Amino acid sequence: MTTLSEAESKRRLSQFGITFLDERIATDPQGAIAAADAIGYPVVLKLSGDGIAHKTERGLVRLNLTTADAVREAATELLAMARDSDGDVEILVAPMVKGTRELIAGLVIDEQFGPCVMVGVGGIFAEAIADAQIRLAPLDRVDAEEMLEQLATQALLGEFRGEVAVDRDALCDVLLGLSALAASDNSIVSVDLNPLIVSPITGLAVAVDALVEIAP
Amino acid sequence: MNASRRQEFKALFEPKGVVVAGVSTHPGKFGYVALHNILSCGYKGAVAATNRDGSSVLGVATVADIEYLPNDMYDLVFVCTPASANLELLEACARKGITAAFITSAGYGEAGVSGREAEAHLVARASELGILLAGPNGQGIVSTPSSLCAQIVAPFPPAGKIAIASQSGNFVSSFLNLAKATGVGISRAVSAGNAASVGIVDYLEFYAEDPETAVSLAYLEGVSDGRALFERLGAISAKKPLVILKGGSTSGGAKAAASHTGSLAADDRIFDGMCRQAGVVRADTVEDAFEAAATFATQPRVRGPRTMIVTTAGGWGVVTADAITRSDLTLASLGDDLHSAIDAKLPPRWSRNNPIDLAGGETRDTIPEVLELVARDPQVDAIVYLGLGIQSNQARLMRNGPFYPDYGLERIVAYHERQDARFAQAADEISRRYDKPILTASELAIADPDNAGPTAVRASGRLCYATADRAVRALEHLWRDSQYRARRGR
Repeated sequence: MTTLSEAESKRRLSQFGITFLDERIATDPQGAIAAADAIGYPVVLKLSGDGIAHKTERGLVRLNLTTADAVREAATELLAMARDSDGDVEILVAPMVKGTRELIAGLVIDEQFGPCVMVGVGGIFAEAIADAQIRLAPLDRVDAEEMLEQLATQALLGEFRGEVAVDRDALCDVLLGLSALAASDNSIVSVDLNPLIVSPITGLAVAVDALVEIAP
Repeated sequence: MNASRRQEFKALFEPKGVVVAGVSTHPGKFGYVALHNILSCGYKGAVAATNRDGSSVLGVATVADIEYLPNDMYDLVFVCTPASANLELLEACARKGITAAFITSAGYGEAGVSGREAEAHLVARASELGILLAGPNGQGIVSTPSSLCAQIVAPFPPAGKIAIASQSGNFVSSFLNLAKATGVGISRAVSAGNAASVGIVDYLEFYAEDPETAVSLAYLEGVSDGRALFERLGAISAKKPLVILKGGSTSGGAKAAASHTGSLAADDRIFDGMCRQAGVVRADTVEDAFEAAATFATQPRVRGPRTMIVTTAGGWGVVTADAITRSDLTLASLGDDLHSAIDAKLPPRWSRNNPIDLAGGETRDTIPEVLELVARDPQVDAIVYLGLGIQSNQARLMRNGPFYPDYGLERIVAYHERQDARFAQAADEISRRYDKPILTASELAIADPDNAGPTAVRASGRLCYATADRAVRALEHLWRDSQYRARRGR
């Protein structure tokens, strides 16, 4: 089983209509600053590489960087933290998305039912809340709509503390994209979009991280 | 299901004649019980039995060997012989034109390596001989259109439109007992036993095309080929509603299932999603499963979620409103037209809201009239009716008391009982006329099943729900099914 880098994971997923942030790749601190300038501050920096699966646990994500100096410092540190086992590494520069609501989505291959698409409530309490819906791939739009409708935590999907309602159509597109990916590529072992942050202004659930595992 | 396969299942459920193989003279043994049940429940076909010594059992002159029976008179053999005798038995059966076998014998797949081997041989031989093999290690079958009670347990249920297939024999008995208690009847039932050859889904495929069946009810523990299961269940539910109760949906239950049927646990969230996706109604408990099936079998399809509560008691209306609000159903709103129509029939203290609480203002004809006004309102999709039987409950106390039949009690008791029966009949008749579900709930269905209200609900062929919560739950199943079909253009 091989873990694809975040950048490669996103590239594959974007072929199936799953959209990501305007993200740039840099190889050195100067490139990271140029990317941040182009995107606009604040930004997020992450170290990406084929061997890197658990960025957060290793401290390889730097959030809410508001100045070029902060970007330079973060980029320098991240590059220094790369290990040999990480393989070729690069720096992802992405806009900082702020939103209080987090969702998760993904693909799992079940021993008995084969590829399945999952959507659920994310964030730090995700495991405790355990609110997820699963359907067998391929699924159609009605199935995807019902998955969202049958999540227990509906209050989170509607207007919430001054934030607009989740754009259900766009979120269904993500689930259908995962389904299409499963149908077209049987080497996929799992896909994890975690988290999808819901924009308080547009209601779009944006995957800020993506992890694809494939069979060797 | 192709025609020849259907013919095999017909031999199982509508045999022209049955041979019970391995009948004992001891009334405690399975073979004796099976013969007893077949003879006692009205089966009209030919019945024969084999007994080692050729003794007469229950007035049936048995034969020592199948060979002694006439050809082509029987198409089902009900097998109670030891596993070791069954290969030869099947061969003899095939020579007599028998095309279906129900095997109760144990000592097969549930009994270790040698048992699994014996089971494989049995399956292979039956297939070579062109015999449909049900079981082994199952309790039997029931088929009310043929008045056939070919099982080693009770009861024989009333006739109806629910077909049952179960991986656990005792669940068949549970459902049949519930059918007996509620009066909502059964078309077919089978305990699949080890399901060595014919599996639960095979039976369900037959039921889906069976004109005697309106809804299927299955108990499942294990899942072997999940993907195929999904495809097949989807095709079955496209034809008729299918209710599934699944054992082993928690880690504790899954462990128990592994030792019961050797079933592999499925991730319950995936199984649940699969049911939603295939249009299968998944029930949580035994009574939820039976009542969902009973509702599909006896109520019209619901076209929307808007539910009106009609009650003669305030508190019941309130908790029912809670139950509806917690469910996928919605509380129907009381429109101006309906409001003024009801207003004309009741004193001003009625609730003027959903729940429609008649608040004791009803007279002789109010309940049928209000039910009809509500049923014909285009903004109402379904009705839950509460309060049936209250007066008959009082009537029962009077009838059993020391003053009956004097002091005018006889007349009032008869009046109350007549009224409650009339209300139940009206609920049924109005539901038919407007093609909308009307569910009647009263704990008297359990507390006093002979109460005139629940008795009349049963007589109308419908289920009297033991609580309003259970009525709401059943109606929610109905609504989810309708919604599933509507969204997929079915």
